[in-house]
Amino acid sequence: MVSTPRFLPAGERAVLAEFADLAGVMAQRAALAAEPIPGVTETVTGARTLLLRFDATTDAAAVARALRELPPVAPPDSEADVIEVPVVYDGEDLEAVGAMTGLGADGVVREHTARLWRSAFCGFAPGFSYLTSDGASLEIPRRPTPRVAVPAGAVALAGEFSAVYPRTSPGGWQLIGRTEMAMWDLERDPAALLPPGTPVRFVAVEA
Amino acid sequence: MAVLAVEGVGWQALVEDAGRPGFADVGLGSAGYADTASADLANRLVGNRHGSALVEALFGGLAVRARGAALVAATGAPCPVLVRGEDGRMRGAAMYEVIDLRDGDRLELGSPSVGLRSYLAVRGGIDVEPVLGSRSRDTLAGVGPAPLAPGDLLPIGGNDAEWPSVDAVPWPGWTSGGEVVLDAVRGPRDDWFEPAAMAWLGAGTFTVSSQADRIGVRLTSAQPLTRRERGELPSEGAELGSVQVPPDGHPILFLADHPVTGGYPVAAVLTRASIARAAQLVPGQQVRLRLLPAPPLP
Repeated sequence: MVSTPRFLPAGERAVLAEFADLAGVMAQRAALAAEPIPGVTETVTGARTLLLRFDATTDAAAVARALRELPPVAPPDSEADVIEVPVVYDGEDLEAVGAMTGLGADGVVREHTARLWRSAFCGFAPGFSYLTSDGASLEIPRRPTPRVAVPAGAVALAGEFSAVYPRTSPGGWQLIGRTEMAMWDLERDPAALLPPGTPVRFVAVEA
Repeated sequence: MAVLAVEGVGWQALVEDAGRPGFADVGLGSAGYADTASADLANRLVGNRHGSALVEALFGGLAVRARGAALVAATGAPCPVLVRGEDGRMRGAAMYEVIDLRDGDRLELGSPSVGLRSYLAVRGGIDVEPVLGSRSRDTLAGVGPAPLAPGDLLPIGGNDAEWPSVDAVPWPGWTSGGEVVLDAVRGPRDDWFEPAAMAWLGAGTFTVSSQADRIGVRLTSAQPLTRRERGELPSEGAELGSVQVPPDGHPILFLADHPVTGGYPVAAVLTRASIARAAQLVPGQQVRLRLLPAPPLP
């Protein structure tokens, strides 16, 4: 059961809808995609929220009322839409993550590849998707000291999330592997591989 | 085709247009003019369509030479404007008026007396290759036309708007360097702060720190803003103009290249006019925020 959102003001041209959980966000996001609200120019997905930007033809109260009247939609969940990401599991932190979780390195790989992940929201860098899944066994804290440069394609874990670094950048996530698959490519349309809502499965491959 | 040949870039000179909305959900912000009001005025002066690409110069220092005739206008932070012909003769020119550059003329902006960003528009717009539909440089994401460097040639587009140019406009009222008052609407996370902290945010004096760029302007204050809510905020979409408060309690004003999502609470969001004004704040300047109540929501 999806609860109705709480609305919070976000300036003259946006309103923030807050949901009880990520499932609520996903369901409302899917509803919005199917039936856009007039005047809403952009939606930014968060872990518990949707930020709705709108133009001068409407206002925050009208957008909030319209969103409240949109019945939530279960996000499409067909296996055909799953993006498979091939990963070489040789990350620098794999052994440490195995020890922290008690699963061992092999157990981490098994867990990571067995789950159906879903892109929840993006941020930090273009194409950086925060992936969530059911089950807490892979939850680990960030590294106490971030790395100055995490290479592009690094497959990582932090908190309840997994992610692939779209490009070389500083980062504090625990690195468990790497992929050749581009998360962000300006020559591709769309540029982002894993927009919010995309189901993802990691597949272990040899180096 | 006429071009502007870049001969000097000062601290930083970027091509910007009205921005690249529509990609925030995949982690790319809008970017675009930092001071939209000044940029719009520059385009209007030369008769460009709204949203045309122009040059945003940080702290003056921009120098361009016209190859072919070009109609230009500079707005924003007021700088001395020098125009010198190829024969070495100087001509009088000023901010906030239309300047007719002849082939070979060199235009140079000196250092601004107040403000930070000046805008140079050319009739027809800067016609560099768009990226994802926009000619804006996003300094956070590293997307869009590269920062300008001496030797760059900026193609000038065709003027399909066919609007008349304007001779000159009055200078805006903000061109003094004293205390600046910015308007901000409370929320979305004002309830994460102690009432006394919100009262201080709306009444106290803040100083612009040296950490001020297109991503954000960090303010410091004698009284850091204390939180009532101790938990961690799940990442949420951040609006342009957000007054975000990191754990140290010193607020950051989000400008054009701000991160699309953030994990620190936003106490208030600047109004459109105040966002443009915030883009002209100079390190050391004093700022006060006037907090406006948010309209009721269902």
